[in-house]
Amino acid sequence: MEDAWKYLQQFTTARIALGRTGTSIPLSEMLAFRMAHAHARDAVYSLLDVDGLQSVCSTVFRLPVRLLWSQAAHRDEYLQRPDKGRQLHPEAAALLEALPAADLHKDIAFVITDGLSATAVNVHALPLLSLAIPRLQALGFSLAPIHLVTQGRVAVGDPVGAFLQTRIVVVLIGERPGLSSPDSMGAYLTFAPAPGLTDVSRNCISNIRPAGLSYAAAADRLVYLLQQALRQGISGVHLKDDSIQETRLLE
Amino acid sequence: MAYKYSIGGHTYAFTDLKTLLAKASPHRAGDVLAGVAAESYQERVAAQLALAEVPLRQFLQETIVPYEQDEVTRLIIDTHDAAAFASVQHFTAGELRDWLLSDAATTATLQALAKGLTPEMVAAVSKLMRNQDLISVARKCEVVTRFRNTLGLKGHLAVRLQPNHTTDDPKGIMASTLDGLLYGCGDAVIGINPATDSPAMTILLLQLLDQLRQQFDIPTQTCVLCHITTALQIMHKAPVDLVFQSIGGTAATNTSFGVSLSLLQEAYEGALSLNRGTLGQNVMYFETGQGSALSANAHFGCDQQTLETRAYAVARHFNPLLVNTVVGFIGPEYLYDGKQITRAALEDHCCGKLLGLPMGVDVCYTNHAAADQDDMDNLLTLLGVAGCNYIMGVPGADDIMLNYQSTSFHDAQYVRQVLGLRPAPEFEQWLYRQGITDLTGNLLPVPASHQLLGGM
Repeated sequence: MEDAWKYLQQFTTARIALGRTGTSIPLSEMLAFRMAHAHARDAVYSLLDVDGLQSVCSTVFRLPVRLLWSQAAHRDEYLQRPDKGRQLHPEAAALLEALPAADLHKDIAFVITDGLSATAVNVHALPLLSLAIPRLQALGFSLAPIHLVTQGRVAVGDPVGAFLQTRIVVVLIGERPGLSSPDSMGAYLTFAPAPGLTDVSRNCISNIRPAGLSYAAAADRLVYLLQQALRQGISGVHLKDDSIQETRLLE
Repeated sequence: MAYKYSIGGHTYAFTDLKTLLAKASPHRAGDVLAGVAAESYQERVAAQLALAEVPLRQFLQETIVPYEQDEVTRLIIDTHDAAAFASVQHFTAGELRDWLLSDAATTATLQALAKGLTPEMVAAVSKLMRNQDLISVARKCEVVTRFRNTLGLKGHLAVRLQPNHTTDDPKGIMASTLDGLLYGCGDAVIGINPATDSPAMTILLLQLLDQLRQQFDIPTQTCVLCHITTALQIMHKAPVDLVFQSIGGTAATNTSFGVSLSLLQEAYEGALSLNRGTLGQNVMYFETGQGSALSANAHFGCDQQTLETRAYAVARHFNPLLVNTVVGFIGPEYLYDGKQITRAALEDHCCGKLLGLPMGVDVCYTNHAAADQDDMDNLLTLLGVAGCNYIMGVPGADDIMLNYQSTSFHDAQYVRQVLGLRPAPEFEQWLYRQGITDLTGNLLPVPASHQLLGGM
């Protein structure tokens, strides 16, 4: 039996007005769900496009790009040991210790890591940075080298930021894949990054992808939050995202 | 104090109560990650045998997180009801397990006992139970709460309608909300997880839901699940029915969530003063989940299930309308697969109920866990049998904002139908008046001309 409100599907990508047979979901919808789940499972096991990101970042943004890696040796260990994904491998940490002084003490450091969907950052990190970086530079903020981290969690940005002695670190990371969004990217901002911080110290911009939060909207929010965080000297739950007020409520 | 159990010439020694509880806990990924799990099958059962012999009084003497360091421990000890405890104070943990399953433990005696039990006692008992026992005991409990309807009555199963949208688009949220209402869901609450924690957007979404509720006189409550500091900031300029917050079982976990008992108290008093409930004044909505303490590096060497029950002591202090464990949301590093998720959900539901909480369960999993819809079907059915207060209703089971799978509106209808469970009474009557269900609760065909669809 079809639902009479099928036309509501134009307003959301949520699985509404699926119809029913008895109280159950019709077969075509059930199999569509299974296929989406298969895509999400595959995204979890996708790999960070290190070569592609490295070459484009260095040519387009004219920033040094370095590759780091966490303590998680492989995907299965990564999934069961988030603690290892939060910490840099000692050999990677040694690379950071050897950084030239010119790379230190910048305002903002970007870290790109696979998280739970490398596909997400492979596709969305560069478009977002292409919008955000020129604006940040125009505002006079200094940028640290970009770091790619394989098998990383959000908190891996803390040791990277601490080594760089940057004022704020932004981690671009693949979020856990949803059925409708195997490629959703998150951006986490942490002021005064240092190992041991928790989520209460971070601001998150979630669901960055064309069908979710657009690159333009995400860049607006990112630039706004970075300005506020750097001006107020805080990040986390006490830094409210009032950028919505300026964009959304004027509609 | 130290605990011991000897078997086959080998003596297992457990240095303290928290170690004993952890070693006795059924196997799960998060306890392995924390380094507190039993190292063999034999050690686990030996710990359970030793745990069964621990007098309940000992749980009041030996705290698992230091009293001086942790306000949750202080809350548990300082609010313990000795009079309610009197009827079971001579029991060991093992004797309590047998008594809970006996005919002497009735709905009424369990309700009277709730405040005499501490989280650690309840956690201990759960570790001595099979899944079947967790279901049997939970089914005897009845925890009823009220705001604009009556939730938790035996034979009823409510649904939180969860119309999340990736960008908080009002029309998108309204489309999912109407879909849920037309599938008979929304009696527990219509609750949005906002995509960002913006005060302005929270206000806008609260107004949207409140307008819908008032226009169609829906006997339910609405909520935007923002951080509690946001709720406090806006509650005098927006229609806040319920104050939501994620909570955990140690003060340090709560710090990681940006809350404390005093902040919760402030928000609780604020929400009460709004006086928006018509049938009752249960104004708080809490979410919990095993693994949150370890995730915040705030577990003090305790196992995740025991700490989860301590979160219920925090919840209990504020007379919530709704508490749910978001059991499979946290991921495979805490609950690896369908078996672990199922076990944890039944534990959380049973332990919460024993402590007197209106427990719901978000029957859910993420795409990096080894679980699928079949596991959720099994768990949903078990929770229906166990008398769970409410579940989630997400369009097609796919939350497009939070990126995980929960239960669908269809799933809710399935479990109500196969087990003969009904919506909250006031909401059930509303569904009938709206022509959404018939007198027996079956869904009716709804025409495009239905008044709920008029605004879209």
